[in-house]
Amino acid sequence: MTGSMEAGMIDSSPEELSRYARLKTQFRIGLPPVLVFFVFLGLWYVVTYFVLSADRRWLLPPPHQVVAEGFFVGSTVTEILNGLWQSTKVALMGLGLAFLFGFSMALAMSQAKWIERSLYPWAVASQTVPILALVPMIGFWFGFGVLARVIVCFIISLFPIIINSLTGLLSADRELHSLFTLHNASRWRRATRLQIPAALPHIFTGLRTAAGLSVIGAIVGDFFFGRGEPGLGLLLDKYASRLQSEELFTTVFVACLLGIAVFWGFGYLGRRTVGDWDPYWAEEGLT
Amino acid sequence: MAANPLITFTDVSVRFGHITAINAFTHSVDSGEFVSLVGPSGCGKSTVLRLASGLIQPTTGDIERSTDNVGYVFQDPTLMPWRTVRKNVELLGELEDIDPGERRQRADEVLELVGLSDFANHYPLQLSGGMKMRASLARSLLLEPDLFLFDEPFGALDQISRARLNDELIALYADRRFGSIFVTHSVDEAVYLATRVLVMCSRPGKIVAEFSVPFDYPRDPSIRYSPEFTKIAGSVAEALEEAS
Repeated sequence: MTGSMEAGMIDSSPEELSRYARLKTQFRIGLPPVLVFFVFLGLWYVVTYFVLSADRRWLLPPPHQVVAEGFFVGSTVTEILNGLWQSTKVALMGLGLAFLFGFSMALAMSQAKWIERSLYPWAVASQTVPILALVPMIGFWFGFGVLARVIVCFIISLFPIIINSLTGLLSADRELHSLFTLHNASRWRRATRLQIPAALPHIFTGLRTAAGLSVIGAIVGDFFFGRGEPGLGLLLDKYASRLQSEELFTTVFVACLLGIAVFWGFGYLGRRTVGDWDPYWAEEGLT
Repeated sequence: MAANPLITFTDVSVRFGHITAINAFTHSVDSGEFVSLVGPSGCGKSTVLRLASGLIQPTTGDIERSTDNVGYVFQDPTLMPWRTVRKNVELLGELEDIDPGERRQRADEVLELVGLSDFANHYPLQLSGGMKMRASLARSLLLEPDLFLFDEPFGALDQISRARLNDELIALYADRRFGSIFVTHSVDEAVYLATRVLVMCSRPGKIVAEFSVPFDYPRDPSIRYSPEFTKIAGSVAEALEEAS
């Protein structure tokens, strides 16, 4: 009895120690960025109150004023949240379509060299097209509503999905392919049991990059199409034209937060799915 | 033991473009025979294994194989990182459509055999080099092949893991007597494992010398220091020197 209790006590103390050590590590990792944030805020105040004269202070209102008017005025909050919802919806729809189409394209390319050779240059071309040049045409063809915005997101996020999926699908070990050949595996088996699982880590990398781009696409599309339910882009345009700088800043922050959220979200998904066995995503789990 | 050829190469040559990788290769491996193949780098040892497995076809000549149950162990463990050790070992059973219960039971048996039972649910990421190679070996044991092809499987391991895996392979062979072609760079390993050692030369690759190794199985590690072993290893090394 006593022995086991003692053992328990001895066991618990290193565990507590390690919890303390972990906290310390988290603190050490977390502290510098937080300090940078405060330095940033400090600089902001300096510019607002010491660089700008009072009549030009609206160019950069102080942080507390941005927070007060952007985050605590009911009508503004509703408007920005609605915009956020619109933009998120558009970005995710575009990303979803880009994933379905891009992954299918990569899968086809991974099955035959001639398909890869025929499609690869066009995949590269899709990335080099300046999206802003296409925007008027997209509006022309698909109207200025949700569909046109989704298409902008689709085009902008397609390339990283195709390239990363293709790299992943082609990354399966040569000798594993040999084993599948020796045992007369069908194309379907080779794809589902070898190529697709091998591609997963790359697919998540592609999705994460594409998600960030898709958010940019949603805001840019919104900005230019200017009709329909206002997303974050339209709000930016509106606040800028009315010189509502507090609301403008808030919208910018919300747009940044959306970008960070999708990046983190897909990172989380990647860690959960492949973090157990893929060295890159396992490392990602620590940060 | 009556000669019962498992695989016979008759006047085989392989050309890749203008390069003749293998020329006039004639040899046979009997069932239950453990043959080591040594030779300078790039002499076509791996090509011989690819031919034997049927992964590539000879340009001219003929290969006859009396079994389709061939196990292949590669230079790298080539495990699937997304599968646990047990699931990796089950792979060939899956490809041969063995039902899941049977597959799993066999996997557990071969894992026991290579001493990895405790690691069945680990991912390859969590294993050492020697353990990964053991898992790879277990994978190829699942279908109990009649002919084993080893492409320098222990080359990347440290000395101690390598010696241990040599002994484990000898124990497996003593128990099951599968036919084997074992490619290696190490003369010591070649002699220690095999009933027969073949020396290849390069450009074009063909067999230039052959030595039989008289020791019984299972072999005791100490035979490595016996005069007879040293003598055979010396002759093999000399032939290898000439071939290079």
